[in-house]
Amino acid sequence: MTTTRDIYVPEFLAGDEFGIPTFRMLTQEGTLFEGAEPPSLDRDAARAIYRAMIATRVLDERMLAAQRQGRLSFYMQCTGEEAAVIGATAALDDADMIMAQYREQGSLVYRGFGFDEFMNQLFGNELDYGKGRQMPIHYGSRKLHYMTISSPLATQIPQAAGYAYGQKLAGEGRCTITFFGEGAASEGDFHAALNMAAVHEAPVIFFCRNNGYAISTPTVEQFAADGVAPRALGYRMHVIRVDGNDILAVHRATQEARRIAVEHNKPVLIEAMTYRLAAHSSSDDPSGYRSRKEEEAWQEKDPILRMQRWMTAQDWWSDDEEKTLQEQLRREVLEAMKRAEKRPPPSLDTLVTDVYAEVTPALQQQLDTLKAHIRRYPEAYPKGARFLDPELSRVDANDEGES
Amino acid sequence: MPTMNLLQAINNALDIAMSEDEKVLCFGEDVGGFGGVFRATSHLQERYGRARCFNTPLVEQGIVGFANGLASQGSVPVAEIQFADYIFPAFDQIVNETAKFRHRSGDLFNVGGLTIRAPYGGGISGGLYHSQSPEAYFTHTPGLKVVVPRNPYEAKGLLLAAIRDPDPVIFFEPKRLYRAATGEVPEEDYQLPLGEAEVTKEGSDITLVGWGAQMEVIDKAVAMAEKEGISCEVIDLRTLLPWDAETVAESLFKTGRLVVTHEAPLTGGFAGEVAATLQERCFLYLEAPVLRVTGLDTPFPLTLEKEYLPDHLKVYEAIRDSVNY
Repeated sequence: MTTTRDIYVPEFLAGDEFGIPTFRMLTQEGTLFEGAEPPSLDRDAARAIYRAMIATRVLDERMLAAQRQGRLSFYMQCTGEEAAVIGATAALDDADMIMAQYREQGSLVYRGFGFDEFMNQLFGNELDYGKGRQMPIHYGSRKLHYMTISSPLATQIPQAAGYAYGQKLAGEGRCTITFFGEGAASEGDFHAALNMAAVHEAPVIFFCRNNGYAISTPTVEQFAADGVAPRALGYRMHVIRVDGNDILAVHRATQEARRIAVEHNKPVLIEAMTYRLAAHSSSDDPSGYRSRKEEEAWQEKDPILRMQRWMTAQDWWSDDEEKTLQEQLRREVLEAMKRAEKRPPPSLDTLVTDVYAEVTPALQQQLDTLKAHIRRYPEAYPKGARFLDPELSRVDANDEGES
Repeated sequence: MPTMNLLQAINNALDIAMSEDEKVLCFGEDVGGFGGVFRATSHLQERYGRARCFNTPLVEQGIVGFANGLASQGSVPVAEIQFADYIFPAFDQIVNETAKFRHRSGDLFNVGGLTIRAPYGGGISGGLYHSQSPEAYFTHTPGLKVVVPRNPYEAKGLLLAAIRDPDPVIFFEPKRLYRAATGEVPEEDYQLPLGEAEVTKEGSDITLVGWGAQMEVIDKAVAMAEKEGISCEVIDLRTLLPWDAETVAESLFKTGRLVVTHEAPLTGGFAGEVAATLQERCFLYLEAPVLRVTGLDTPFPLTLEKEYLPDHLKVYEAIRDSVNY
């Protein structure tokens, strides 16, 4: 539907008519901005969020170190974006679907994914739900409603619209949130997703983590517009821009977005302004494309620091608790890592399973040929060879748990 | 003669192409100031300016569509897709546009100036989405040329030829060899012919055919076989579309045995095309069935990558099977 009025001289719109404001509640000193409404978080909710933020930070620090030591092939940190990811997740119902990009481990931490579960995926061992098929950080959890990560960018965004449409039809009052970076929002999939969600009234929250960089590419080379938020207007969709390092603002905005999505079956776009404090991944070195000074300026705006100040001012958190928690988390992460490293890889058969619901005769034949070859050269294929020895191939089914 | 790795050879080819012809442009994700995630485009923006070497937004279909438009206007775009695994959003632009531009317009318009570079292949613990070899999707598309170099010398000469070729070329770079493969590369401008295979080693008992990173695997297998007195002829196809069946047939008339190998899955892989064509042309000369040594018919694995890959031991076993047939 198009609604328009007539004009009789050629007056163009230049595209800069829409100044999108930024929603904030918390100053960097941890006090509320004047005019900000009272926070929606009570003591217990705030502590749960804060603990998840700290746990995510500790996990990331420890695992990057493990990658640097050569214990892990690859890693990606959420550092600097914990408030955006965890604040949004905490505003949802735990049964709402999350379709993330790859930097959203904080969502899983918040929902209770255990360190052992993280480690099993990171080390691709026999207990990894994804059966050792994907690079580190490609987590998935059915029980926590977290779709398994796919590396190709933006593919999850239209899928989220479809998932949410299915949720609407199911009528159970659930919605889907999809996370993505401002770089991924350049992909065609993003635009297709917003339009379809708006046309078909899907209860989906599009959550853009505008963290300043797509690997090395700064936002000024990513889009000419005022960020990603104005695009929602072109699809006649609700939109809000929020300070992504402000836990209270992110939580409040997502809470309201969920209400719009679930009560009115309308998609919502949230653009969270934040900063990728870490490198893109363990394979990347940001010193080639951004300054220390810029990074230091953003370290001052650390979302964890801001929340900690607010919590301390409320008397909801203390330095002693902080110290105890940090030590406990470091110990837990280290212990879980040691357990996961010792676990054997997934069985050789997982090469050919799950390609289809059933292994096809042709694939079975390929596997059999491979096994015969490995028997001839067992020393060349240590991971595969161990499964040809029945003594080594036993998997303790009790350890597998619910994925 | 200077020694270069494969990345340096590609960077050097792009540098020469841009300095020789101001119509040549290089762009893609992170290609500009940073010089690409693998650094294949290092310093090109400094030397030729932001108008000719630049970052694009993160949108592969946009990159190739934009490149098609540029090429149709007469520019010579060299577009980078960061990993071959991420070329698929651009599939429509490549298959329906790049490949058919000349034909559908009766040659009123063409995108012959276009080259698309993309790192491909496994062996780097990249799992499903940083390891694929998607060449066969494109060899099934008339109008494209598909080129895969095996070492730094070949990479420079073939890339310069691809950029200057009157037809659009997809240039798949073996990323496992980016820094691992080094060799002497002439400093000056030179081109190697597209559409021509190269016999890299002569032999009389069996012919081995491959391309790109798989040539290194073949060489290792051949070294094992030759210790047992099996004389191997080795052919690098170099260009997969249009491909040089003549050179392979000539070899088969002599050896009567053929093994073709690639990392991509077996079914629908380019080895099938080679096998079918050669049995048509050399049926009465064949001493054994044409054998294929390839990846499995599965997505590319991570933990079990070693088991999946068509390594030198699997190629060696195929040589023995063929000879003992």
